[in-house]
Amino acid sequence: MSADTMLGDRQKLAYIAAQAADARLNVELETEGMTLNIGPQHPATHGTLRIVCRLDGEQVVWAEPSAGYMHRGYEKLTEVRTFPQVTTLVNRIDWLGSFANEVPFILASEKLMGIEAPPRAQHIRTILFELSRIANVGLFLGDLAVQMGAVTPVFMAFRDREYVLNLIEGATGGRFHPNFDRIGGLKDDLPKGWIDETRQVMRKLRGFCDEMETLVFGNEIFQMRTRGIGVIPKEIALQYGLSGANLRASGVDYDLRRDQRLPMAWDKVDWKVWTHPDADSWARCWVRLMETRESTLIVERLLDTMPAGPVMAKVPRIIKVPEGEAFVATENPLGEMGYYVISKNDLGPFRVKIRSASFNNISVVPWVLRGVLVPDIITILASLYFILGDIDR
Amino acid sequence: MSLLGIVIPYWGQSLLRVLGGTVAVLLPAGTIVYLFLFKMMSFMQSRLGPMEAGPYGSMQLFAEVGKWLQKEDIIPERADRTIFKVAPLIVLVSTFLLVAVVPFGPDAYFTNFDAGVFYMLAVSSVSVLGILVAGWASANKYSLLGGLRAAGQLIAYELPMVLAVIGVVIQAGTMNLQLIVNEQNAGSMFGWDGLGNPYILTQFVGFGVFMIAVQAELTQTPFDMPIAESELVSGYMTEYSGFRFLIFFIAEFATAGVFALIASVLFLGGWGVPFSWFSWHSIADVDDWMNVVGPLIMFTKMMALVFVIMWVRFTYPRFREDQLQRFAWKALIPISLLNIMVTAILKVAF
Amino acid sequence: MPMKPKVPGLFKGLGVTLNTMMTTVTKGANTVQYPHEKEAPPIRARGVIALHEGNCTSCMLCARSCPDWCIYIEGHKELAPPRRAGGAPRKVNKLDRFDIDYALCMYCGICVEVCPFDALFWSPEYEYSEPRIADLLHDKSKLGEWMETVPEAPELEAGADKKGKK
Repeated sequence: MSADTMLGDRQKLAYIAAQAADARLNVELETEGMTLNIGPQHPATHGTLRIVCRLDGEQVVWAEPSAGYMHRGYEKLTEVRTFPQVTTLVNRIDWLGSFANEVPFILASEKLMGIEAPPRAQHIRTILFELSRIANVGLFLGDLAVQMGAVTPVFMAFRDREYVLNLIEGATGGRFHPNFDRIGGLKDDLPKGWIDETRQVMRKLRGFCDEMETLVFGNEIFQMRTRGIGVIPKEIALQYGLSGANLRASGVDYDLRRDQRLPMAWDKVDWKVWTHPDADSWARCWVRLMETRESTLIVERLLDTMPAGPVMAKVPRIIKVPEGEAFVATENPLGEMGYYVISKNDLGPFRVKIRSASFNNISVVPWVLRGVLVPDIITILASLYFILGDIDR
Repeated sequence: MSLLGIVIPYWGQSLLRVLGGTVAVLLPAGTIVYLFLFKMMSFMQSRLGPMEAGPYGSMQLFAEVGKWLQKEDIIPERADRTIFKVAPLIVLVSTFLLVAVVPFGPDAYFTNFDAGVFYMLAVSSVSVLGILVAGWASANKYSLLGGLRAAGQLIAYELPMVLAVIGVVIQAGTMNLQLIVNEQNAGSMFGWDGLGNPYILTQFVGFGVFMIAVQAELTQTPFDMPIAESELVSGYMTEYSGFRFLIFFIAEFATAGVFALIASVLFLGGWGVPFSWFSWHSIADVDDWMNVVGPLIMFTKMMALVFVIMWVRFTYPRFREDQLQRFAWKALIPISLLNIMVTAILKVAF
Repeated sequence: MPMKPKVPGLFKGLGVTLNTMMTTVTKGANTVQYPHEKEAPPIRARGVIALHEGNCTSCMLCARSCPDWCIYIEGHKELAPPRRAGGAPRKVNKLDRFDIDYALCMYCGICVEVCPFDALFWSPEYEYSEPRIADLLHDKSKLGEWMETVPEAPELEAGADKKGKK
């Protein structure tokens, strides 16, 4: 499947102009609009997100997301915890791609300590990171179908996600919250037979991607619902700080795995960054499908080139991170997630600021929802793909 | 009329008709819910469905009915109480009215109505009223949106249904459903009467349009905007719980069954097999045992059609309502009008 | 060059669901019919924590490092007879109370990891739900019972540096 463009530049500009025109209220014919709350309890928002919309019939006049219903006070919690405890807590921010949350925090702490994990640990970290991405985005593909109304693909997504979760459980002990990363490396090495099982699972997951492509993306009704809906042009996407697949679907060729030198193993294997020139919902969904497939290939290639060696560097038993500040961001399944760690030579961090991807991703919601119809709200929210734990922390 | 030699008084006949009608509506509804909603949907999703209640989960429907019946009767404070209570009944009543004209055998019918098709099309629109009323009466913005969408959609798809059926009426030359069955089973195609003349072969366009219109009339995916579970959380049914929701639920699947029965009468030959297999020539010739076998044949044909309806329902995402309306007005109606034209020309020419 | 007529995606989608249905009918479903059949969790699965009382010295490292502070330890020192005749009596630790509150436990494993005396072990048992939340506080004897379910550590993959920890 190639990146086929459906919208020309003029069409895109016309679409944006039409949205802006619809947003201006016609003063002579001021009909009373209806204020509709989407959420906080709603099947379409991934959790407790509230979007207040002012509707004129079925068209949105303005919309505003109201987040915070799931605020758990992460940044405050981290002030009174030690580094291993923070690693545990941080698993729970983006709960679908859980290992990916630990990694930037650990990398920031390692940067402050001035150590690097051994190559085998870097490899395994990257493999688990990509597995979290597959688990997260695999569910997105099914969830997307449910928002559109097709009830079957989500079961296939959960079914095939089980294989990945079983893999993560076999290596780390926890399906959803692995808590496997440590400053200086990993907690433990892989159990016997894990590599072969992973190879089989990756093959199965490619079959799953093909199934989703036929069942969901090949469906003409789905294409009618997503093509041309919710166009976010490149400049707007960059201004609002979108990241991850949302940015790449707007045509920006930016992937932190490739553009940044981190002590992880992404630069040891060949892989492709997928972008799409249309910036509509179809593009965002398509990019994620391609990324899932690409992740399965990355995992297989990393398994082929796995070095032997220790999984933990020489670190003291009780870790005290020296004084300093460090910021590390990685390409998480949801987008760009970064941790700004300030440490004062103590058992735990002094302050951690978590830059989560979904918080910035939904900042574009007021802009993109002007002038769309109510069903398209759901389509656009589904294609932006956020997780409440990531927004509210 | 006499059954097995016993003369039954009129009130007895009416009682039998009422019982028969109830069975004819509820039995398909129950079977459809179990076989297709519980089991087929589960199998398509790689799981087994309900297995605990009864052998292989066959008693699950009774368990669910019991659960709904014992729930509290909640009516929103600002809802219009009388209308709120009446709305589900309107939808169910239209199903019972519909089944009154469906023939199940040469003598097994509720009424032998000369304008059966006309009556059927008229009465099937009554459910639209029930849905619209349910949406307005619940004091809930989501239900209102669902009800308004439903009104637009159901009225839009009435027309293709009517136009599709007119092709059959032209070909049969009558609006009486029993006579339509007769025409199909006693007829012949190009002189060969081995298969009778099932109208699905000549009216395949009409059949397609009718099935799509039925999918929309039942508000099933891909036309389930009025319910739109991921947006409106059940649309017009949101505020209904317990017994009232049970009525909506049964009505949805009963109507699916009854529409499938009607489709099998109009397109698949109804309760009969081609008369030439038994060398009958018209309904008067048909043996009496057909009165028992006929309902079974109807049941089988109905199950086949509902399978297709449900299969499509579990696979496709839903249309947006303007796409839906566009599809009805710009695609289905012109196609069915063309179908009528071609049928009329061919009927007169041959 | 004749083009093959493309089957519309709508029909291919129908084919996928029909395929899945026939697979379920012929080969069985992907789901496990719990409680009639049970899946065995992997060896490293973090189900419940078991305590080997003999190794514990009440150093309180686990209680201090728990993010939830769900471990409650009380102990006292006792004098035990000397190892050799003529020696000084040894100070031995005796645990009075070692409770883990599984209503609070996050199953992170920090306590198991920091224990310097190998007194805590992971076990993949997961079926210990209780109707009363107070019963989720497992005391010393119950934690000792879980020791029987602790599996051997799995062998490690080729290329690993050291033998597996628990």
